[in-house]
This record gives sequence, C-alpha cells and structure tokens, in this order.
Amino acid sequence: MKLFDLQKKLIAVARANPPSDRVPLAFEKRIMALITGRPVQDIWAAWAKVLWYAAAPCVAVMLLFSGWAHIESSKKNETPTIDLAQQLDNTLLAAVDQSNDTAR
Amino acid sequence: MERTEAELIAAVLKGDAASFEPLIEKYSPRVFATARRYARRESEVEDIVQEVWLKAYQKLKSFRGEAPFEHWLMRLAVRTCYDFLRSHQRNRESAFSDLSEPEDDWLERFIHQPGAVREDADAAQQLVQRVLQQLSPPARLVITLLEIEDRSVKEISKLTGWSVPLVKVRAFRARAEMRKILAKIAKDKYL
Repeated sequence: MKLFDLQKKLIAVARANPPSDRVPLAFEKRIMALITGRPVQDIWAAWAKVLWYAAAPCVAVMLLFSGWAHIESSKKNETPTIDLAQQLDNTLLAAVDQSNDTAR
Repeated sequence: MERTEAELIAAVLKGDAASFEPLIEKYSPRVFATARRYARRESEVEDIVQEVWLKAYQKLKSFRGEAPFEHWLMRLAVRTCYDFLRSHQRNRESAFSDLSEPEDDWLERFIHQPGAVREDADAAQQLVQRVLQQLSPPARLVITLLEIEDRSVKEISKLTGWSVPLVKVRAFRARAEMRKILAKIAKDKYL
C-alpha cells in the first residue's frame, strides 16, 4: 500500500464530505441574551470596584492601629518612660551628637 | 428597508446591541461549518461558535472596515478553533487499535482496489476524522486549510496570523506527520 495514495484518498474523502452548516434553533437569540446580559467592560469601573473592595480591610487595619496606639499611649501616661519615637531619635542622632562632642 | 452590514456594525458600535443579531443570523452557518471541521461533539462546536461571536462583539471596535466583515470574522473563527485544538490536544487518540470494523473493511478494500472505494462512505469519513485527530494542532489546522479547504499559503497566513514561510514550514511538517500516522496504521494492521 502506498502511503501517499492513502493520504491523497483520505484528503479526497474529507473534501468530498464538507461539514454541515446547520445552525441550532434560535442560536442567535442565545448569543444575543449572552451579549445583552454581559456588562460592558469598563476598565475604570473595574478599578473603582477593586478600590471599593480594598476600602473595608484598609479601614479595619486603620482602626486596629489606632486602638493599639491609643492603648500604648495610655500605658505610657501611667508609667512615664522614654517612648519609642524618642529612642529612635536618640539612636539616629547619636552619631551627630558624638561628632559635636569631638568637635568641642 | 434592510440595513447594510456597515450600517449594522456602526449601530452596534454606537451602543445598539440588537443590530448585532442580523450579523449572527447571516454568518452563523459559515462559522458552524468551520467549527465542525475541528470539533466532533456538537456541544464543543456550539461552545466554539459562541466564543467566536462573543469575541466578535467585544472586538468589533478593532474592525476597520477595510476588508469585508466576513473575512475578519473568519480570521477570528479560525484562531478560536486553533485555540480549541491546543487546549484539547491531550484528548488526541493515542492508538489505532480501536479501528472499527467498517474502517478496517474500507482500508482493506482500498489496498486491493484503490479506485473502487467510495469517498462518501461513513467508514472513510470516520477514518479521516481519526487521522486528523492524531495530528498536532498546527498540523491539523494547516492540513485542513491547505489540503481540505484548498486555500492558498497567503490566505492561510492571513487567517492564522502566521508568516508565509512559517505556513510553508508547518505544511511540510504536517504532511510528514500525516504520513507517519498513516504508516502507523499500515504497520499496525497490515505488516
């Protein structure tokens, strides 16, 4: 059997039998229902939606930190010590203080 | 009075979605025929055609009107069919051991009397489908467009978005791939 002949024959079979172009009943109505039911894609609307979804977690985080900061400050008022900000200032400015001391 | 295609498209672009329906009615037979070349199950065919129309609606802004709407739509259809083939390539049948009896008979008759076998026989059509399903997605697309639909390399290039040399290379490889599959049939069944 020659493969080339078989290949030619099978191609001829495929050409001789084109697929049906039958369209299912009311197919266009189905597509139209999908098209009209689908919201129009608007990038800005999608972005606004994402931002709106992000708003609630952001508010929650903000409230948590506010509460925590409030509790911390009330604790410090009870036992006055150097607060974190003061400690950070001291650490950052330590080098400047030292250089001032040596300059004198 | 019946509106022209250009008028319908312009109306859709202005927001009148209902004007898209006559276009669906007019071109669905061609899109269905194209989809049936690549998918066997009717549910898959309907999914492909549905996707083609949804894409057509969404991308209608990109239709410039320089070429006929049908050409633009068929490009979309062919590319959607190619995506379908690529996403279903794992479903390609792996063996010819399950050739049906009529297919076996048709092959047997072809071996002994190549000129006498009928081209419209169901067995022959099933065998063609079986061979096409074995091809890789690019090979199947090229064989279908070039050999079965008898399109030119330039036309295939426009339909697929591949360059002309790439179409030629893929056509060469596709024919070799098909012969390899046919050789496997011959080896499995008659050697």
